[in-house]
Amino acid sequence: MAFTNEQLERYSRHIILKEVGAKGQKKLANAKVLIIGAGGLGAPAALYLAAAGVGTIGIADADEVDLSNLQRQVIHATADIGKPKVQSAKETMEAINPDVTVNTYHTFVTSENVLDLIKDYDFILDGTDNFPAKFLINDACVMAKKPFSHAGIIRFKGQLMTYVPGQGPCYRCVFKNPPPKDAVPTCKQAGVIGAMGGVIGSLQAMEAVKYIVGAGDLLTGYLLTFDALKMEWRKVKLPSDTHNCAVCGDHPTITELIDYEQAECTDH
Amino acid sequence: MNITVAGVKKEVEDGITVAKLIELENVETPEYVTVTVNDEFVESGSFAETVIKDGDSVEFLYFMGGGR
Ligand SMILES: [Zn+2]
Repeated sequence: MAFTNEQLERYSRHIILKEVGAKGQKKLANAKVLIIGAGGLGAPAALYLAAAGVGTIGIADADEVDLSNLQRQVIHATADIGKPKVQSAKETMEAINPDVTVNTYHTFVTSENVLDLIKDYDFILDGTDNFPAKFLINDACVMAKKPFSHAGIIRFKGQLMTYVPGQGPCYRCVFKNPPPKDAVPTCKQAGVIGAMGGVIGSLQAMEAVKYIVGAGDLLTGYLLTFDALKMEWRKVKLPSDTHNCAVCGDHPTITELIDYEQAECTDH
Repeated sequence: MNITVAGVKKEVEDGITVAKLIELENVETPEYVTVTVNDEFVESGSFAETVIKDGDSVEFLYFMGGGR
């Protein structure tokens, strides 16, 4: 399929980049990206992926838009309060770019549905807010050999890393097991500066786009951390030895998905 | 001796352990921090026995659970 004149105009700032070009823009049009969590991270990521012309965007979230979400979840508006987040996100993405097909999944991710959710997608963004979901998404992506972007934000800090099968450590290589419920604060308990979702969620979209068009180096084997109070970025090299990992190692002990106890962070 | 902690050069006493460094650095939620020395993981059960050497580079990696 050739681009229309309107599409050439819409994507002209991409097409002019030698790392993207018409070829890369076509790859974006043919790509499928799943965003799990339509919140602080997922909202800005979804906006940029839709604007970028990613052909198919899946968005999974069980919640409805709440007044307390609007301080950072920029894909939702005041009039969307009470609406399923996936519906609100879909409407905004389609309004930005009619080229994009948005699939909505109004559900929590669980060991029962996660493999089915990710199976048709090329790249997955973890925009969830709790450790059970983060470990579940990691393990499922390792098992299904899917690349994904992990991210977390809290207070004035954020972090992200990218997993690509066979190209470095997974989230579990680094963090082993979820901390006990309430041992480590989540953003509802601790708060988060709204723009942090924009900073880190946009970088997740950046990694997805780079992966799809094949540009530059991904955050595989690194954890990128950001401290907004100090305005300090650090790209921390992760150990490259994945042999002993319980899920991506040579002799995995985790061969079935685990539903850990859900932490109290329903975000309402 | 001189080591690097989270990218910052520091002078610390010889023979310091990972556990002692965690205390000195006021690491938040020390029970749940991931530690690497020279880009290798330190087993979480062995912080008290792991001795840091001159020139080592230590990183603390933290759980960050928020997102929505
Ligand atoms: Zn692993």
